[in-house]
Amino acid sequence: MELVLSAAIGVLAASGVWLILRPRTFQVIVGLCLMSYAVNLFIFSMGRVMPGVPPIMPRGGFVDPTAYADPLPQALVLTAIVISFATTALFLVVMIASRGLTGTDHVDGTEKQP
Amino acid sequence: MLEENLLILLVALPFVAAVAMATLSTQAHAAAAWVCGGFVVAGVGILATLHGQIGGGAVLRAGWDWVPSLGLSITFRMDALVWLMVSLVFGIGLLVLIYARYYLTKSDPVPRFYAFLMAFAGAMVGMLMSGNILMLVVFWELTSLFSFLLVGYWHQSQNARDGARTALVVTGAGGLCLMLAMLMIGRIAGSYDLDVVLEAGDLVRSDPAYPLILVLFLLGCFTKSAQMPFHFWLPGAMAAPTPVSAFLHSATLVKAGVFLLVRFFPVLGETQLWFFLVTGIGMATLLFASILALFRHDLKGLLAYSTVSHLGLITALAGIGSPGAILAAIFHIANHAVFKASLFMAAGIIDHEAGTRDMRRLSGLMRYMPFTGILAIVASASMAGVPLLNGFLSKEMFFAEAADWHNGSWLDDSLAWIATLAGVFAVAYSLRFIVTVFFGPEPVDLPRTPHEPPAWMRRPVELLVLVCLLVGILPGLTLGPTMNLAAQSVLGADLPYTDIAIWHGVTTPLLMSLAALVGGTALFAIFGRHISAGPEGPPLIHRVRAIRLFEMGMTLLARRLPERAMVLFGTERLQPQLRMMVLVVVAFVVGVLWRGQRQGPDALATPLDTAFVLMWVVGASCAVGSAYLAKYHRFAALVLLGGTGAVTCVTFAWLSAPDLAVTQLLVEIVTTVLLLLGLRWLPKRSEEIPGDRLVSARLRRAQDLVLAVVVGGGLAMIAYVAMTAPLVPNLGDWFLRNAYHEGGGTNVVNILLVDFRAFDTLGEITVLAVVAVTVYALLRRFRPAEESEPVARTDQTGDTRTLADIMLVPSVIMRWMFPVIVLLAAYFFFRGHDLPGGGFAAGVTLSIAILLQYLGHDTRWVEARLTVLPVRWMGFGLLIAGLTGLGALVFGYPFLSAHARYVTIPLIGEVPAATVMIFDVGVFALVLGATVLMLVSIAHQTLRTARLKERRLQAPEPEEAR
Repeated sequence: MELVLSAAIGVLAASGVWLILRPRTFQVIVGLCLMSYAVNLFIFSMGRVMPGVPPIMPRGGFVDPTAYADPLPQALVLTAIVISFATTALFLVVMIASRGLTGTDHVDGTEKQP
Repeated sequence: MLEENLLILLVALPFVAAVAMATLSTQAHAAAAWVCGGFVVAGVGILATLHGQIGGGAVLRAGWDWVPSLGLSITFRMDALVWLMVSLVFGIGLLVLIYARYYLTKSDPVPRFYAFLMAFAGAMVGMLMSGNILMLVVFWELTSLFSFLLVGYWHQSQNARDGARTALVVTGAGGLCLMLAMLMIGRIAGSYDLDVVLEAGDLVRSDPAYPLILVLFLLGCFTKSAQMPFHFWLPGAMAAPTPVSAFLHSATLVKAGVFLLVRFFPVLGETQLWFFLVTGIGMATLLFASILALFRHDLKGLLAYSTVSHLGLITALAGIGSPGAILAAIFHIANHAVFKASLFMAAGIIDHEAGTRDMRRLSGLMRYMPFTGILAIVASASMAGVPLLNGFLSKEMFFAEAADWHNGSWLDDSLAWIATLAGVFAVAYSLRFIVTVFFGPEPVDLPRTPHEPPAWMRRPVELLVLVCLLVGILPGLTLGPTMNLAAQSVLGADLPYTDIAIWHGVTTPLLMSLAALVGGTALFAIFGRHISAGPEGPPLIHRVRAIRLFEMGMTLLARRLPERAMVLFGTERLQPQLRMMVLVVVAFVVGVLWRGQRQGPDALATPLDTAFVLMWVVGASCAVGSAYLAKYHRFAALVLLGGTGAVTCVTFAWLSAPDLAVTQLLVEIVTTVLLLLGLRWLPKRSEEIPGDRLVSARLRRAQDLVLAVVVGGGLAMIAYVAMTAPLVPNLGDWFLRNAYHEGGGTNVVNILLVDFRAFDTLGEITVLAVVAVTVYALLRRFRPAEESEPVARTDQTGDTRTLADIMLVPSVIMRWMFPVIVLLAAYFFFRGHDLPGGGFAAGVTLSIAILLQYLGHDTRWVEARLTVLPVRWMGFGLLIAGLTGLGALVFGYPFLSAHARYVTIPLIGEVPAATVMIFDVGVFALVLGATVLMLVSIAHQTLRTARLKERRLQAPEPEEAR
């Protein structure tokens, strides 16, 4: 499982990095989305891969922490998901505004560099 | 207790006065002077009250701990030396206030001047009284800042702005050096407390870093006290109004450096290095500045260089450091402050009444202003070191130290000669000041007809000159005891009492003084005319100006080098920047991991699940596919991106993270809709981009592909290594153990977000709100791209159905879904504390419900039936979340503390009722508002463009009509 998950993270990150280095705004946005998946999975995986471990505790009393999923990376990723949604929205609006203003979807706002 | 309060009051008074001044109307000239005067008189009163104890040799302290763990405390400390310096600040400050009342004109914003002046006085008093060396540095920098504001008070003049900036750059840079020195001293001494530091002299001197500390410390002191080669800022600062020069550049600001030299002599002094650096620079400054002063044609310029020269004298004394030298240094600080302040004021009066400060135009003013003339003559005589005046006494003591003190070095042997030579020039420039301005023929074509100033403009000068005379004639009865106390507070209480007297018999110092007087008079008598006719500077070297060098350096540093670096390293293009960023990250990570060692066995490797593998084959293919298609087939790329998102979401669910799965799914939906709406304005690319198949483009892509593969492979490796390393007990365990008892819920992730780390969540929803408002604002001036102009569908296909016809079935389904999704949102919200869900998930769910209506129907149709006010939702959400946090304060808990319990509601049963539920309501409302605002403001663009088009049709060619 670890192998699959880390390979998946690698593929997502590679696709994301390749895309953010592209010259077209939409490519960059898709790249950022892919990279945020990769990073979220990466952070999440720091709590280790634990299929079938209960994430919710029973009521009352102290629990043995090793028997439950690590909540810290999960909370971090939850925040990260929200923030990446917000940045995607912002980039998208910047993208369509810049497309309307400059007449091109090149990231530099001009088609060809002198 | 009374003394402690008085000390704190003493520091606070000027700042309170400054704030009071800043609130006054710019026209309230008299009121400003009176109020300020009142504050300063109160300060003088406090000083008088404290004198009794200080006179008994006590050291007063007051303050409180600030950050004890860092050794930071707010401590004020006053001994005799500090008392003397603070008295100078308040005493001369009062006189300057009175003087400025008459000096400034009606058109000047006088209260602002007083506000700056008072704030400066406060910073100065704070610096003097700091009992903590870090606090001292802070006040030190504050004095630089306020002096910048004061020098630049007449900011309409280019000279004032330049002078202020130079002063700030030089003294500010020195202040930074001083801060470094203080930090190092504090580390060595083990405390930043001044009392401890003053005792730790041996420790500091024996430290290997002592030379570095000393140089940094001296850079701070020398820049502030305008020692060579940093003297140039002081003449430049003469563009300040004269009261500022009288206050800052004679009595206070420039004395800060020499004060610190004297204060830290027990810590850093008494070494060869100290002697050579401090006395060497001091003597050089003394001599060269006195030569330069003689050649200045501007009255204030002459006084400025004379000040530099006298500061050199004090510095040299601090370098010698014998008991007599320290006493003389302190004595000269006070004496110089008194006579130089009166001279500056006299120069200001001359400038004010005659309209010029150029000594080549001024002449014979004795006829017009005899009183001012006499005052200036007495003060200049004191500056020159004429007997029976205070300047003579301390200069005599300096000569005595120069001649009688020996440590056997070459510098020591030459001290007496340099001192006498500088004395010759001092006499010469004092004579030049008096003779050219007040004597000689009638002045011709002065801008104004000179006359005596208003009586109260002259009173401060009269008082200061009176002090010169009193101290000069009766030193033992006036300042003698205070000086001895001050010297004792520096060097230790067992210092023998030195009787300051006028007559010691015919001694070497007296002969030196006489030589200086005779030589100076002769020098002026022979060369006086040539100097007036010559250029503004000594022969041969008048073209070499330190200020020019400084400006060239600054231009190089602040303009040329950055511009060159911009050309070499900068680019405005995004791609190289991002490429560079990725490369730096890669290099950094490789560097960190290079020598790392793999630890532990693959103990946690979980068995492979075929379904999981297949799922990720699909997910990875989707990712690569969307990367491939994003250029020409945006919609397809978007669909594939959604596929990867779905796989990610399932992975979260698979690996025991239901909260993440829920959130990811919901956000996925919203993001996809958002991007779809965006694609409405960026339709499919129909033509190939020119140059896309060129070799260079292919090469670039190949290069980026390599980079991407390196990053992906590296990240995969790091992830694998980390995942298979044994899990060490971490912070998460603490949260798991305490979630139920402290947070009152069983869903630890949710409790983390709304209780333990609620402040983070508050910040996060604020970010969301900011983004939503930004999106809204950006779209208000939106102009659509030409290619997104809708083409009538019927033209293309001949299909005559309207959009409403096509969307009939989906729209009905979506309409029916609305209540169901609202219920789902409520469900998510209420179970959040114990089970996956929560305010965030509920907010996004409800926004999806609203969104579906916008998707299925015409925007106008939806808005006729459903009123959503997203901005208000956001505002109330933020307000509720913040107020919940503040509520904890009411009950005496820290911000955002939560209270949790379960309550039983009939029919529903036991539900968690924690204050975090209220917080969660805030999160819910904000998320709903923000999401809807973003999506709706994009959706509205269709309406706006439609409306624009209608308007364009009604009024054809509005551009041409204009």
